[in-house]
Amino acid sequence: MSDYILEVRSVSKTFPGVKALDNVNFNLKPGEIHALMGENGAGKSTFIKIITGVHPQDAGELFFDGQKVELKGPRDAQKLGIAAIYQNVTCYPDLSVGENIFIGHEKVQKGTKRILWGEMHAAANELLQELGANFDSRTIMGTLSVAQQQIVEIAKALSTNAKIIIMDEPTAALTKRETEELYRITEQLRDSGVSIIFISHKLEDIYKLASRVTVLRDSKYIGTWDVDKISKEELIVAMVGREITELFPKKDIEIGDELLRVEGLGKIGFFADVSFTLHKGEILGLTGLVGAGRSEVCQSIFGILPYEQGDLYIEGEKVMVTNPKRAMELGIGYLPEDRQKQGLILQWGIGRNITLATLDKYSNKGWLKEELEAEIAKTLSEKVNVKANSIFDPAGCLSGGNQQKVIVAKLLSTDLKIIILDEPTKGVDVGAKSAIHEMMSELVCQGYGIIMVSSEMPEVLGMSDRIVVMREGRVTAVLDRKSATQELILEAAMVSKTEEPVKSAV
Amino acid sequence: MRRQWLAKRKNPLKVQYKLEKAGVVMAEKASGKAPRHLGIKFRELGLLVFIILISLLIQLRNPNYLTLENLNDLVRNAAIMAILSVGMMLVIITRGIDLSVGAEVALSGMISALTVAAHPRMHPVFALILGTIVGIACGFIIGFLVAKIEIVPIIASLGMMNVYRGLTYIISGGKWVSANQMSTGFKNIATSSVLGINTLIFIAIIVYIIFYYFINHTRTGRQIYAVGSNPESAKISGINNIKILWMVYTIMGALAGLCGVLWVSKFASAQGDTALGYEMNLIAACVVGGVSMAGGSGKLSGVILGSLLLGIVNNALPLINISPFWQNAIQGSIILFAVIVNVFVKRRMDKKTLMRRNI
Amino acid sequence: MEHREIIAKKQFDLKAFFFQWEWILVLLLIIVNIINSSISPYYMDLKSLMDATMTFLDRAFIVLPIAFVMILGDIDVSVASIVALSSVVMAVSYNGGAPMPVAMIICLMVGTLCGLMNGMLIVKFKELPAAIITISTQIIYRGIAYIILEDQSSGNFPDWYQALGWGYVAGIPIMLLVFAVFAVLYGLLLHKTTFGRSVYAIGNNITASRFSGLKVDKIKVVVFTLAGFMSAVTALFLTSRMGSTRPNVATNYEIDAIAMVVLGGVSASGGRGRIIGTIISIFLVGLLRYGLGLVNVNAQIMLIVIGLLLVFAVMISNLQVKRSGLQYKNMKVQKAENEN
Repeated sequence: MSDYILEVRSVSKTFPGVKALDNVNFNLKPGEIHALMGENGAGKSTFIKIITGVHPQDAGELFFDGQKVELKGPRDAQKLGIAAIYQNVTCYPDLSVGENIFIGHEKVQKGTKRILWGEMHAAANELLQELGANFDSRTIMGTLSVAQQQIVEIAKALSTNAKIIIMDEPTAALTKRETEELYRITEQLRDSGVSIIFISHKLEDIYKLASRVTVLRDSKYIGTWDVDKISKEELIVAMVGREITELFPKKDIEIGDELLRVEGLGKIGFFADVSFTLHKGEILGLTGLVGAGRSEVCQSIFGILPYEQGDLYIEGEKVMVTNPKRAMELGIGYLPEDRQKQGLILQWGIGRNITLATLDKYSNKGWLKEELEAEIAKTLSEKVNVKANSIFDPAGCLSGGNQQKVIVAKLLSTDLKIIILDEPTKGVDVGAKSAIHEMMSELVCQGYGIIMVSSEMPEVLGMSDRIVVMREGRVTAVLDRKSATQELILEAAMVSKTEEPVKSAV
Repeated sequence: MRRQWLAKRKNPLKVQYKLEKAGVVMAEKASGKAPRHLGIKFRELGLLVFIILISLLIQLRNPNYLTLENLNDLVRNAAIMAILSVGMMLVIITRGIDLSVGAEVALSGMISALTVAAHPRMHPVFALILGTIVGIACGFIIGFLVAKIEIVPIIASLGMMNVYRGLTYIISGGKWVSANQMSTGFKNIATSSVLGINTLIFIAIIVYIIFYYFINHTRTGRQIYAVGSNPESAKISGINNIKILWMVYTIMGALAGLCGVLWVSKFASAQGDTALGYEMNLIAACVVGGVSMAGGSGKLSGVILGSLLLGIVNNALPLINISPFWQNAIQGSIILFAVIVNVFVKRRMDKKTLMRRNI
Repeated sequence: MEHREIIAKKQFDLKAFFFQWEWILVLLLIIVNIINSSISPYYMDLKSLMDATMTFLDRAFIVLPIAFVMILGDIDVSVASIVALSSVVMAVSYNGGAPMPVAMIICLMVGTLCGLMNGMLIVKFKELPAAIITISTQIIYRGIAYIILEDQSSGNFPDWYQALGWGYVAGIPIMLLVFAVFAVLYGLLLHKTTFGRSVYAIGNNITASRFSGLKVDKIKVVVFTLAGFMSAVTALFLTSRMGSTRPNVATNYEIDAIAMVVLGGVSASGGRGRIIGTIISIFLVGLLRYGLGLVNVNAQIMLIVIGLLLVFAVMISNLQVKRSGLQYKNMKVQKAENEN
């Protein structure tokens, strides 16, 4: 018998091109709520995938209740009683709650294999009542709110007699009241002997529920502390405390006139009351946690996801942006977050990708001038220094950094004033990263204004002139380059300024 | 919106008015997503009420409607439609479609009719079995194309529809199999009774009982819904999507094969163009009965009522002096209308979910 | 910063050139012709070949815009019904007193309107797949034709109208000439204009196309409207050849059209395919039908052949897509390793 129900020793995991976990340790006591924290990309989701058997580790060992285990697949983890709760992943919206809970292990009569609905729903209802649900198991899953669906997910885990439940960002989409309900349920589970690994960005979750907290940073294990022995500030430092060793070639140039202003921008369910300004020659960093609404705001400005409230001003004049073409005409360009799905046509050559946004330029009343097109594509791809041999190389064959360069070249083909870059260096190797940063500096020197959405603290601090922090769809802080620190940013991203429930923008 | 709707329909005012009235009731049905289980019962109740209402209206217009003879004919036609609609429902639940049903009915009907013509002393039950086997073969092939080869269902069924229809013509040599070539036993399939109930209706009841059990009380039956509701989750959960998809098309084929024999017996004739375009009736019956085009949901009770309603529409149109040539346009409009209403309902629900986010 | 010289001129790759799908089609076309001429000694005569084309070119007109529809990644099964409706309305208008040229214009307008309706519905209700929408409109359009003409036929067209489908200009059938013109127009539209490039983009990745500022909705509406228009053109020629019309004309034309398009190299999932392949497959399938007709194969067997053809064409196209998808994943992994 061991002290720990789960122990992870020196586990490492590498995916092609990136080391996701580097010598990570972790242990879980029976009947404890143990928080796991770290920035985006710190390694938390890989960690979960390893403990739930989705991926095998490359190095290191796992121990369950003192015994060494090898998880060959998710079923092995399930048999041991390890269950993970994500949001909406395995839900069947058209089936009833009871069915969702028991799918895969329905209660059937021996022999005829007939489904015993009565028993199933009774068992399901029992679980639901224990969890304090206000709905019964015959309700259709798709009609429940996110909070209620989560309760069903928890019930599902319990129905498999889970001993360890991993909750991945369970409070991310909940209202205050629903969050308190979830706290109650979580504590109830703990009291009944279940051990819980609780992943969250919300410091209040951690301090309310957890007894210990482990921090991961940059794929490495930083440390484990008792929650009542570490302060919020110290926790934040643990999560971000790194020296900014990378140099960022951000030249100091004069910030010019106002280029873009948004006032009170809102879209139901995505963001509300968003206001900020962008000036010529300025890089505005837009940061916050995943789900804060940053990309949605940018896509709104670009016309993909038109806003419902508020106003947009370009160089002082009020404008309406209803579609991307209009945005580009107004001088707004957007580098999408998901470059493969949103930014490129992978089967096409680099050249055709670059010219896609501005086909009118290489055409005469609709008639394509292919030579002109090829020339401009060549010029632009050389300008961004893409590592390719010809403009006919398929975009899908390039590395992440080069794909990004192609999309930048595409942006440069239009006459822009404002460039929005959504996670420009995500998944990009170091060399390409600095190349992209250099490009950004050059652009602002030429008078462009850049909005840079980023989750990487060093990048945000190193490249931005001002930083806008968002949380749950609202702007929580606007910081100046000189006075901004990682701690301030993270605090604004994670702690809500007010205790009041967030009002809707209707 | 209303003007657009009017322009699209080009129906005479009366039917349009009825459709508008039906619109409210149909909106609930076509939504395919009931809020609570009570809601589902409400929808079926609404359909039932509508059927009664419309029957009264028809009766007022033409007293011949509620005669035993007419109702007998109506119900027997609806029975065949109801049996086939079960199969179509399962296909639509898995997010697919099967346009070859009419051709499968024709092919199996023709083969069994010819066999009976050649062997008049064959027991009619063998004809039923033969027809069903033909249907299973047809459905099996389509299931293979959709599940294994991953051909999009509309194209797979469109292509094979042609093949089966062509085979029907070839086998028949371009000739009809007429009533006097069929044994009395064969023709009696449709006119005889079992336990006092007409055989067709009896078979329909048996089919519904079997499928009610299958869909609601067996794992495999529930897996069909799971695959339609969230195919990616289903795969992760360990459900064999390929097997399920293959199965639903084979079931559709089996039912089509069975109904082929029933059809040919009822109409006492087997032709090359038997059941031409019949699959549209089935899609309409399913959609009106609350089966969602997005997959994952559908109830047998809805489908029965949908088939009944469509059977009434088909039966009543000539009675109230609307020419049969209006049938197609009305049918197409019903499908389009119901499906569009579905979209609006879903958009409203999505909006509500967004508003709940409290941002 | 190092500077690379990037090649902008496409280099001629002999191997890739000969590995194209269209060559296989050409091969099949040659085979069909050989078989046909062995059946009938008069076959390989230019005049009789051109006459042969008149028997199948009426279907060919819709194939051109359907290629666009499928490259977009959608499908349109209502084209045959649009042919029927346009034809019926034309006949009824003419017999109702309108001058023939006016009736013909009405025919084109009806077809265009139906196509426009399809396009608008598809764009306004993005949640519904084009398959479901065009299945319903297919029934509605033909249904309206039935309402108008019931099971009667209508015709009695002026004598000159016959010339459209049966006549010649400078020894070449009018149908062939008109088709050639349209084929060239559509080919240019697809391969040489921004519109065509946009269609390919949308078929490959609709999201990236939106993000690049393409007016996706507008393009879709135009493509479906074109399909409606060309259906009306088909109606003009078909009715001319038949001399009269009924609501059940042009049955199964959509299957022919889709089969020809897929056989011609357009993938069912969109984004690939060329007009030249479509044109070759029009002649391939058309002459195949003609040859089968020479040996008195009846229309029903033809149905089976076309149905099987459709299924096999999609099967092969699926396999091709899978193989190229795999090929190119491998290339990607290699490249990434090189970079690191």
